[in-house]
Amino acid sequence: MSLEVDEVAKIADLARLAIRAEDAPAYARNLSAILELVDQMNAIDTVGVAPMAHPLDKVQRLRSDVVAESNQREQYQAIAPRVEAGLYLVPKVIE
Amino acid sequence: MNASAPATMHEQTIAQLSAGLAAGQFSSEELTRAFLARIERDNPQLNAFITITAELALAQARAADEHRRRNQAGPLTGIPIAHKDIFCTNGVRTSCGSRMLDRFIAPYDATVVERLHAAGAVLLGKTNMDEFAMGSSNETSYYGPVRNPWDVNAVPGGSSGGSAAAIAARLTPGATGTDTGGSIRQPAALCGITGIKPTYGRVSRWGMIAYASSLDQAGPMARTAEDCALLLAAMAGFDPRDSTSVDQPVPDYAAGLNQPLAGLKIGLPKEYFGEGLDSAVAEVVTEAIAEYRRLGAEMVEISLPNSQLAIPVYYVVAPAECSSNLARFDGVRYGHRCENPKDLLDLYTRSRAEGFGAEVQRRILIGTFVLSTGYYDAYYLKAQQIRRLISDDFRRAFEQVDVIAGPTSPTVAFNLGEKVDDPITMYLSDIYTIAVNLAGLPGLSLLAGFVGQRPVGLQLIGNYFAEERLLNVAHRYQQVTDWHDRVPSAFA
Repeated sequence: MSLEVDEVAKIADLARLAIRAEDAPAYARNLSAILELVDQMNAIDTVGVAPMAHPLDKVQRLRSDVVAESNQREQYQAIAPRVEAGLYLVPKVIE
Repeated sequence: MNASAPATMHEQTIAQLSAGLAAGQFSSEELTRAFLARIERDNPQLNAFITITAELALAQARAADEHRRRNQAGPLTGIPIAHKDIFCTNGVRTSCGSRMLDRFIAPYDATVVERLHAAGAVLLGKTNMDEFAMGSSNETSYYGPVRNPWDVNAVPGGSSGGSAAAIAARLTPGATGTDTGGSIRQPAALCGITGIKPTYGRVSRWGMIAYASSLDQAGPMARTAEDCALLLAAMAGFDPRDSTSVDQPVPDYAAGLNQPLAGLKIGLPKEYFGEGLDSAVAEVVTEAIAEYRRLGAEMVEISLPNSQLAIPVYYVVAPAECSSNLARFDGVRYGHRCENPKDLLDLYTRSRAEGFGAEVQRRILIGTFVLSTGYYDAYYLKAQQIRRLISDDFRRAFEQVDVIAGPTSPTVAFNLGEKVDDPITMYLSDIYTIAVNLAGLPGLSLLAGFVGQRPVGLQLIGNYFAEERLLNVAHRYQQVTDWHDRVPSAFA
């Protein structure tokens, strides 16, 4: 499978990456080469093979639904790009 | 410095340094100062460290000396180590080799960091790495490539290249690494040290910045298997904060090191000795296998028929998980934010495009594509099915043999810049290590010889939770050979 420049632009949009137009052909080339490598999988018959999501086939361990964390808002906001009055600031979303 | 403190402390292994500290030959402060001086002298050339924590190290060293005075010392009390810059360290920059986290000061310690600190280890600094652990040469780091101490024109391997180079150059006696597709074993091989990737779930992933969560595993890197045993004993164990951590007792790895190897069945997968393996590397590996025969082990030819599919499967599974994990870097709560975003979408897309390097963006794009509508079954599901077949190959092999041996990497260290523009060729450097991650098995690499100036690694693969066996098999080899004592001449 190979990807065209317009497909790369669509994927970049889904991935929230602002790819520059002049870099798109190189990405299309590299990504196509990776997908070509991946296409080797198609030669293998996998009918009836159970997909393996976890190397030890374990299921997610659950814990009781009780509060285990303390509030560390100030410490966490100290490393934020922009905060004000305990809130994370982003550009205006609603006009 | 104490008059009796030897000037050659950096030449000693962790086990030897531990004995020296216990015997009062030198203090942890003297030892720490000696390594900090070597880092100051040699790091500008090697670029193995991103951050050097000299003040913290000296404070921790003095605390370790105080613990020893109060008879509260363990085997790692006062031993200087380094952490790969993927582990969160409270109050210390944790960059993950990325511009995205260039100014990120972690607000907590990773479990691995916490445990080694509790065991008394002293933190010298944070080591360089491929950006977000994505790379096999350490050239994708935002902080520039690390150089290989055996030949400064060669790469150290990756992604734990800084840890491997720092140990080889005797800038630290041990370090942590992480391994998603070979990132402990391949740099250990290319820099001529010992490194072990434990069974998936053996060491907590909490506080370790995630790349591909079903593959990522932390492990120790040092000069010898004995040192790795000491470090792993402190790192391993159940952690309720990591939902994939396995609740199983941790054996005393050091106690099992001397088990005899007579009767040990070592499997040699024919797929690991075929096309693609450099013939000079093959010769070194064959000689190491002959050494194991002399130690009483029995060789069994085995087959891992789906080996050639490991790289295709990995480049679906790992990017898919990476695209999901790295979605958290949005420029809002922490990490890089672009200047003057015009709206929220512009904030997300420009912050991410500026913060991530090319290889990380490639993997996010591939992962986004294979998970997108209409492609999931053909790629992600198919890859998970073949992952099962690869894992079944190992399961069958371990019905016949105790350990599997082969080369860690198909070639010795390549030159800086040689493969950086060709991602596919770079990916092939991990052809013998990736399947082990897909199956979740433990794997170890140790120095087995050289081709010219450049080291060759022997890989040992064990069954689930057979870390003790792997360390034992590596240790016995190091008892009868002296490769692990070789020092790159420029760093003696």
